[in-house]
Amino acid sequence: MRPQAWQRIALLAAALGMLSATVVPLANEHAPSLLSLPAAFAATLLSASLYAATALVPLRWSIATALSGVVLGCYATLAVLHDDSVAGNAASGFWLAVTANWIAAWVAVARLAAVKPADKAAAGIVDLAIPLLFGVFVFYLWEVAVRGFGVPPVILPPPSAIGVRFFGSLWMLWQDFVQTFLLGVLSGYVIGCSAGLLVAVVAHRYTFLGRGLLPIGNFVSALPIVGIAPIMVMWFGFDWPSKAAVVVVITFFPMLVNCLAGLNAAGYIERDLMRSYAAGHGQTMRKLYMPAAMPFIFNALKINSTLAFIGAIVAEFFGTPTQGIGFRISIEAGRMALDVVWAEIALAAIAGMAFYGIVALAERATTFWHPSYRT
Amino acid sequence: MTSSVLSAARPAQIRWHPLVLRYAPVVAIVLALIVLWYVAAALMNMRMVRDAFEREETPYTVSDLIAGTMDAERPLLPAPHQIIETFSDDVFGWPVTSPRSLIYHSWVTLSATLVGFLMGAAFGIVLAVLIVHARTLQKSLLPWIICSQMVPILAVAPIVIVVLGSIGLRGLLPKAIISAYLCFFPVTIGMVKGLNSPDPMQRDLMRTWSATPTQIFWKLRWPSAVPFLFASVKVSITISLIGAIVAELPTGAQAGIGARLLAGSYYGQTIQIWAALLAASLLAVGLIAFISLLERWIGEVMGARA
Repeated sequence: MRPQAWQRIALLAAALGMLSATVVPLANEHAPSLLSLPAAFAATLLSASLYAATALVPLRWSIATALSGVVLGCYATLAVLHDDSVAGNAASGFWLAVTANWIAAWVAVARLAAVKPADKAAAGIVDLAIPLLFGVFVFYLWEVAVRGFGVPPVILPPPSAIGVRFFGSLWMLWQDFVQTFLLGVLSGYVIGCSAGLLVAVVAHRYTFLGRGLLPIGNFVSALPIVGIAPIMVMWFGFDWPSKAAVVVVITFFPMLVNCLAGLNAAGYIERDLMRSYAAGHGQTMRKLYMPAAMPFIFNALKINSTLAFIGAIVAEFFGTPTQGIGFRISIEAGRMALDVVWAEIALAAIAGMAFYGIVALAERATTFWHPSYRT
Repeated sequence: MTSSVLSAARPAQIRWHPLVLRYAPVVAIVLALIVLWYVAAALMNMRMVRDAFEREETPYTVSDLIAGTMDAERPLLPAPHQIIETFSDDVFGWPVTSPRSLIYHSWVTLSATLVGFLMGAAFGIVLAVLIVHARTLQKSLLPWIICSQMVPILAVAPIVIVVLGSIGLRGLLPKAIISAYLCFFPVTIGMVKGLNSPDPMQRDLMRTWSATPTQIFWKLRWPSAVPFLFASVKVSITISLIGAIVAELPTGAQAGIGARLLAGSYYGQTIQIWAALLAASLLAVGLIAFISLLERWIGEVMGARA
């Protein structure tokens, strides 16, 4: 059978499931009828009919109908969860509706993924929209599952509670961010990366040094270097310098290895050309070796942006002043305040992605000439 | 006559053996680093030793000071021979089951690493197979998998331990899960690349033989993905070791290399920390060497061209 036919059957099943939520009990005991919640009832009926319509309308309208049906269906289930008798002991009627939403969302994303827009801008939007929709739906499933099953918040808090906690304690998060990221990660990252770069340049100048350092650098990169964190805490104290020191050591070797490989990436013809221009070593370094090494250097910068964060957070497990992301996570996890822990993780995620994103943007701005960006 | 004089004037270039050419720089730099280490140890421990002498008001000479820096009990930076001594003492001095034996701690960490690695690698491979075969998954899931790597994942470790502990999972499994979570990513990315690596010509050829998708998978995609698998497995096994060590940190684990590091940092036992680090490094090297051997053996069995 063609995928289209499967999708039609799935969509009709979803419509049926949504409809049945109006009759099948929503909760195990004292189940409220959907009729007592007019808005949710209307949304349920509407989304059921939209799912059925998606199965029948022509393909190009189907994504819009499916998505609006999913939005209404999600609204209905979330509205029902506000009822205290449903939250924690939701029954088959509720889960039928959630499953119906899941099926419809899957079909919608699958159809969106099958779209091949002609112009580039539209393709970019579609490529961005698919993972975003997927992510939003995963959050919806998380929320519904946690609140529907009544998972205790010490095991897994719902995303809404994490969001409330996040925006409720922005000042604490900001202080942790300054302590861990701005002071620890960033200073260590700058020092470590520039030290790696300098040593690589020297090792490239003196081949003997380079031949010795490259295998050692490769070897050390494979070692669990985060283990030096307790030693650094002993040497540099509890405050941010010890975190920065761990980050320096962690970021040094990837930069050294990558940069050395990049400096050796310049071809013989280009080197000969520079010699025929009678260029000195400094000039050749500036005009040939450095530009040729740029993609490798940025590769190391990107690897290091995540390694640095991990190093700083692990170093905080060994002792900190009373702030910092790693400190807060280990303290609050011990106190079972998991919503704070998740808020810190959200902070770390946002900061980590932003850090990586900035490095990637800088790469595009600097190495725009590289074949991988020319299309 | 003149020519022989000329050639004698220019001494013949000494031709080193290629092995010498290859390893001489490495050996030289390793030796230089060891010397540097000794100098640094002497300098960093100097103040401590001098203070000790002055507290006891015993007269001392410079050579006494330097001798003191080499065998201090809790040095800031232990000299290499002290680390080796403690290491061999911890490894050979105790029965393997004793909680003071480094082999025991290494085994605790190694078992979590291996279980986590196997789980992570299996998960990574399954994920890659799904992603290669479903366009929807490739478009919706892959960006998130990549994003998840920009997040400092280790930050999640304490929660995983707490959550799993509260539903009754303790000991090896939570650590293995953290390892698995850390190490699946390189496998997934490498396998997606590897399973997609057969070029369209080869896929067309399979279709002209009217091969089923299963046959295409086992006879074309899988064999051509094996080199990619090994390349990423080498990365992910060290990540898995790091995961297992870090997972022992925030929970106050009783055994394992991470616990050893934590105990060393609480009691200021620097030599113990360095010995544990040495053990961790040896584990990493051993794991990578094992994978390389496995790669070579499987390559021979599958008839890979060198």
